[in-house]
Amino acid sequence: MIEVKKLKKSYGSVHVLKGIDLKVEKSEVVVLIGASGSGKSTLLRCLNFLEMPDSGEICFEGKKVNPQYNDLNQMRQEIGMVFQHFHLFPHRTVMENLIEAPVYVKKMKKEKARQLALELLEKVGLGDKAHVYPHSLSGGQKQRVAIARALAMRPKVMLFDEPTSALDPELVGEVLAVMKELAQEGMTMVIVTHEMGFAREVADQVMFLDEGAIIESGSPEQIFESPREERTRQFLSQVYS
Amino acid sequence: MDIIEIFQATLPGFTRAAWQTVQLTFWSLLLGTVIGLIIAFFKISRNVVLKGIATVYITVIRGTPLIVQIFAIYFGLSHMVVLDSFMAGIHALAIHAGAYIAEIFRGAIQSIDKGQMEAARSLGMKYSLAMRRIILPQAFRRSIPSLGNQFIIGLKDSSLVAYIGGTELWASALGAAADNFAQFETYFINGLYYLALVLIFTFLLQWIEKHLNVEKRSVSA
Repeated sequence: MIEVKKLKKSYGSVHVLKGIDLKVEKSEVVVLIGASGSGKSTLLRCLNFLEMPDSGEICFEGKKVNPQYNDLNQMRQEIGMVFQHFHLFPHRTVMENLIEAPVYVKKMKKEKARQLALELLEKVGLGDKAHVYPHSLSGGQKQRVAIARALAMRPKVMLFDEPTSALDPELVGEVLAVMKELAQEGMTMVIVTHEMGFAREVADQVMFLDEGAIIESGSPEQIFESPREERTRQFLSQVYS
Repeated sequence: MDIIEIFQATLPGFTRAAWQTVQLTFWSLLLGTVIGLIIAFFKISRNVVLKGIATVYITVIRGTPLIVQIFAIYFGLSHMVVLDSFMAGIHALAIHAGAYIAEIFRGAIQSIDKGQMEAARSLGMKYSLAMRRIILPQAFRRSIPSLGNQFIIGLKDSSLVAYIGGTELWASALGAAADNFAQFETYFINGLYYLALVLIFTFLLQWIEKHLNVEKRSVSA
């Protein structure tokens, strides 16, 4: 579904990504782990070209994407993204947040978009919050709305950029539960997270990044039980015990 | 003549002139807001030419006195277009306020969290659509206090149109004082008219601000 070859990105003299190769199959859940500054968020943001890579290739559904010629807006419609800080539209109600892109980008009929939005809100357990403004929601609720907003475009892939890092500890579970349900339904997902327990439970493939390179990747059992690389072991001993 | 008599004597003239001031202010600020919005877009554009135009515009207009701009348009352009003092006044005031309003809009647009644009783009929205539907409504709300301030300045700035033969409030004071020789009383009363207009304006702005903020404003979402 997504294939990345020799992806490089630097800010000035800092090489954030030093030639990344990765492959995400349909319905696969790939979790990126690593210390902050390892480049995992940048890698994720390159996948939908919110960050422009300096070199390398990104293929989506077998076709190479060239940001100069291809319609990124078309591609982004099929790749949902969830941010650490939610980024809900504060001047719109929850319902309006959800129907914005379907109505104004996909030109869906408002009535149909509303119906879809309600279904998605039910799915994330917020059916009763359709007509409130985001500021009255808790962090966990905001993030679930953000997930529903991304799903409203019926994407083929979902990207999650540290979706629970800005949440109070007691609110993390409700967001992870929604993500787990999505994974079970067969959604293709790429997730950057520090929730190792969740990664272990949900991931098909775990990749460990350090200093802009994928040091090690494999099944959760392999990475968490018997990591081959010393750096992976070090990292895991710090965050996961 | 005491101040009450002068007040009564100037009432019809000042009221008519105050209406002129209101019209001058309204049209110049309306046009100025449009100019401001366009210049703000030029200023944040990645196009070097547009950015350059905006920078030069803002630098020149903010760097020269309003009275110079009014004279330049009224007398300076007379060989190309003949504008009466009212029309010349509207345009000069609009061009002047436009530079300041541009900076207000630019600041407000850039103050919106970058995540808002990213979230919109990640949903497949084009830059222009994201700007129109997501960024501008929030930026506009955020710019209202500064915009209100600028509008009040604009109202008082309109007094300079007196010097190209305008018939607004300050011109009317100059005329009245020349007739009755009661300079202090006449100018004092004239100042009260401006104060009254500014107060009405302030209440209006407060009402708008309150109205727009109901339940919709939050720092982060």
